[in-house]
Amino acid sequence: MNWDIIFGVSLESLFNATMIAYALAAIGLNVHFGYTGLLNFGQSAFLGVAAYGLAMTVATFGAPFWLGIVIGLAGAVVLALLLGIPTLRLRADYLAIVTIAAAEIVRLLFRSVSLSEWTGGSDGLQAFSDDFYSLNPYSSGLDIGIVTFDVRELWVMTVGWILVAVSLLVVFLAMRSPWGRVIKAIREDEDAVRSLGKNVVSYKMQSLILGGVLGSLGGFVFALSRAAVQPDTYGTEFTFYMYTIVILGGAARVFGPVVGSMIFWFLLAFVNALLPALISQGYIPTWLMDANQAGSVGYILVGLGLVLLLIFRPQGIFGDKKEVMLDGR
Amino acid sequence: MADDTTVPPGVARAAEALKDVPHEPGAPKKDPILVADSVVRRFGGLTAVNVGHVEIQRGAITALIGPNGAGKTTFFNLLTGFDRPDEGKWEFNGKSLAGVPAHQVARQGMVRTFQLTKALSRLSVIDNMRLGGTGQRGEKFWQSLIPAIWRDQEKEITARADELLARFKLDAKREDFAGSLSGGQRKLLEMARALMVQPDMVMLDEPMAGVNPALTQSLLGHVKSLREDGMTVLFVEHDMDMVRDISDWVIVMGQGQVIAEGTPDTVMADPRVIDAYLGAHHDGTQHDAQAVAEEVTEEKAATADE
Repeated sequence: MNWDIIFGVSLESLFNATMIAYALAAIGLNVHFGYTGLLNFGQSAFLGVAAYGLAMTVATFGAPFWLGIVIGLAGAVVLALLLGIPTLRLRADYLAIVTIAAAEIVRLLFRSVSLSEWTGGSDGLQAFSDDFYSLNPYSSGLDIGIVTFDVRELWVMTVGWILVAVSLLVVFLAMRSPWGRVIKAIREDEDAVRSLGKNVVSYKMQSLILGGVLGSLGGFVFALSRAAVQPDTYGTEFTFYMYTIVILGGAARVFGPVVGSMIFWFLLAFVNALLPALISQGYIPTWLMDANQAGSVGYILVGLGLVLLLIFRPQGIFGDKKEVMLDGR
Repeated sequence: MADDTTVPPGVARAAEALKDVPHEPGAPKKDPILVADSVVRRFGGLTAVNVGHVEIQRGAITALIGPNGAGKTTFFNLLTGFDRPDEGKWEFNGKSLAGVPAHQVARQGMVRTFQLTKALSRLSVIDNMRLGGTGQRGEKFWQSLIPAIWRDQEKEITARADELLARFKLDAKREDFAGSLSGGQRKLLEMARALMVQPDMVMLDEPMAGVNPALTQSLLGHVKSLREDGMTVLFVEHDMDMVRDISDWVIVMGQGQVIAEGTPDTVMADPRVIDAYLGAHHDGTQHDAQAVAEEVTEEKAATADE
């Protein structure tokens, strides 16, 4: 068995662009769900709108890269407003229903045949990331034994980690401030907050926009790292992985989403590299599992691990069990 | 209660203001802080609240009583902006509050508490208190990112919060999660938190519900001290002993309407009030209202003695 490859792939996934994209998305979702108590099940739409905002601006309309970034960010803000205005006055579970539906609508619009002239339909769009990679200051890749990153990966990761650091700083500063106190109080009981003279709807909207914009940064990283956008990657399971990551790391903890994302991708990569190796070496008999089934089994095992985590450590890695066990009222 | 003989100034002021007010529904007050006119709220075919005219005297403790389903809490919700009436208008400190959202009602100086206490469980006691501070610069998103903008104000707010915590004897719990407090302590916290808003008028929805007897006296003392501080208190309560003990004026609601007003003693002897609580003469026999009233008060006194 080639342990170098198995561990190499696993270690790379601790730092690579996919991990970063999910971490950024989860940082945004943590603002919604962890701090504000907003059940946003459409976080993937924020990433999708940002990614397509960038890709369509550059690939379809031939506009500059930076304008694409601005339009992607603006798209996330507009989506937050569209989602928030009709739903934030309603109870939390309605927001969950509306957001999951909205995310699907966004995905189906991107892949619809009638819009494919602009969106590329189910094939998506490519050729929008050249300006980004032309800014690449690295001339050679990174090769430290079992872990290797090529030049392009290094550049996306550098930008991605800077975005993660800035996002964490913003969340950290905001959540320790009086603004964050209002946000956390809304999670506990919004009527009580209202009775103390705070405009709850406005704060929930601010939270939705902040989390959406942070998530949209993940959309940029995701799209640029692949140099392509494809509608079906922004499906509901994307959001469910983000929830897994938030809960794994510990909801309402600043570093929770990043550590959650690292653990999630490390485990998934490790299992997905280990199982095929075990099968090819004959340690796992083919009547139990063949190489094609190993991918699905990987997800099953990771899912099982997460179920156990929720039973035995519901507060996640960073959470405080005493806090989680307090009754909601 | 060492000085039962000397009347506190707040009590004397309230008694003086209410001395000549007629004991009838909708009676005009000398200096009303709150005036409501034809406030109606319907739920489908049911008219939950239909208040013709009511005034609340400034600086006094007014009790709002009535049997279950009389519309007290609904009326409370309407006045504080937590529910919208079908019609009606009301003024607070001379400004109309009809259609004003709840958070702006609170900012204008009318702060409420809730029947089911709303402590913010996973916030510390001191953070619960700080939340009540109004006009905080750090509550604006962009300003919140720069601590230098709000740090001084935060210190002032914290100092005021600590004073109130000490007064409500919650200072030992300062850093605990509010969710770890007992029911009575949560009531105290909710009241203290409401005072952080520096209101002119405090609306208490069943402040004694679920509070153990040991804390009752302390809570009563705190409500009375609000009057001494010049605040107006309106509260909903079922506990008649408490109503008799602390209120200067009592408003009785029945089936959504104000059916009687007056000082605690006169109201509790009012036949309309007894009818509202016990039902009118359904069996056709003629009750002697006065006798029933005495019986009810005796009963109350007897249960209180136990």
